[in-house]
Amino acid sequence: MADVASAGGLPIVCAGVAVGHNGTRILADVDLAVTRGNLTLILGPNGSGKSTLLRVLHGLLTPTAGTISWGGASVRPRRHAMVFQRAVLLRRSAAANIRYALDLAGVRGAEAESRIDDALAEVGLRALAGRSARVLSGGEQQRLALARAWALRPEVLFLDEPTASLDPKASRAVEEIVRGIHARGTTVVMTTHNLAQAKRLAYDVVFLHEGRLVEQSPAQGFFNAPRTSEAAAFLEGERL
Amino acid sequence: MGTFSDSLTLAAALVAHLDPRFVDIVALSLRVSLTATALAACVGLPLGAAIAVGRFPGRQALTVLLNAMMGLPPVVVGLVVYLLLSRAGPLGAFGVLFTPAAMIVAQTILITPIIAALSRQVVADAWGEYREQLTSLGAGTFSAALTLIWDTRYSLATVLLAGFGRAIAEVGAVMIVGGNIDGVTRVMTTTIALETSKGDLPLALALGIVLIAIVLIINALAQYTREWARVRYG
Repeated sequence: MADVASAGGLPIVCAGVAVGHNGTRILADVDLAVTRGNLTLILGPNGSGKSTLLRVLHGLLTPTAGTISWGGASVRPRRHAMVFQRAVLLRRSAAANIRYALDLAGVRGAEAESRIDDALAEVGLRALAGRSARVLSGGEQQRLALARAWALRPEVLFLDEPTASLDPKASRAVEEIVRGIHARGTTVVMTTHNLAQAKRLAYDVVFLHEGRLVEQSPAQGFFNAPRTSEAAAFLEGERL
Repeated sequence: MGTFSDSLTLAAALVAHLDPRFVDIVALSLRVSLTATALAACVGLPLGAAIAVGRFPGRQALTVLLNAMMGLPPVVVGLVVYLLLSRAGPLGAFGVLFTPAAMIVAQTILITPIIAALSRQVVADAWGEYREQLTSLGAGTFSAALTLIWDTRYSLATVLLAGFGRAIAEVGAVMIVGGNIDGVTRVMTTTIALETSKGDLPLALALGIVLIAIVLIINALAQYTREWARVRYG
């Protein structure tokens, strides 16, 4: 289970990052560092720029201003994986979906097969390995997306509201898997609008408000004593 | 008014008796158009996918051109291929004018833009859904295009049917480059045109009914296969 860390794509450092589109501001002046081993939750109301920030951190989106670097390099590392709000699965079997990702990462043959088996077992989908990914339930699809990401042994795993469209039971299953992946040394960055979930998972919280990074603190401190009025209002509003 | 009932009876008789000349004509129609569809797919599917996924200058213009070329008049395609393949033409040395090969070439040219334009649309729609995930997994443009072609295979099957339908139904191109030679290059549509001009309208219409029936059967088979696969594989 080793071999996760030390790929060199950390820390991820954002300096003055801004993203705009046709004059509208989505992110402004974000300074942020993602460090090894952390489990960071990005919180904020709808439209605060959570998903955009995640895409910038994963290198899917180039900021319109500011800089981002991964372990000092300006190129997106290959060993960073992402799981999206709605799992994007290929029209082939569950196992073949993972095999596809491994093949792109250059992992083939016996090593690939053993990782596929291991990843499917990890998320409790081993019995459905041969089933077409597109006919799985929503929760199973998201678990498969997690298995696919985990099979890559990512240095960093990004998750964009991975439980937003799942029922509570499926959400808890996803949380357990995320926790397990983090426990094996993968750095995790996740967005959510579910405060209860954030409290269960987070080590570190990044709070966004209207495209700005308003607060970054350890989870305990953030939930018990937010330093900013925006964060306090967000926590208050969510409690209602 | 009697023409339609006469023709239906005649169409039934044609199918029932399986007259060898009639069977040859149907077989040649299918051979030419299916081969043209296969060739056009080899060019059109990758081309459409490349335009959908690729980022290069002139991409929009190429899309417009391709969409416009879906309306290529078959007679014009036939004429151009005729000029290329005729003895004095640049490809005259091959001596394929007035052979089924020439007809395949003409129909391939006719339907490649249709297959490319429609598959571009199908793949572009899928690319919108898959782009971030495939980029995240590290797929390059080429590998993403292949993945999308495979993943949209059920929709692309319909695209191929559209191309095949256009090929099997057209008369202008095969008439000019094939010459409608009895037993050599005579296909269903050219036979219909010939019998119409000869005044044998019931026979012409009967052939038309058979042609439509064949197209219907092929589409039904494709639809059935697609639905079966969709239920099974999602």
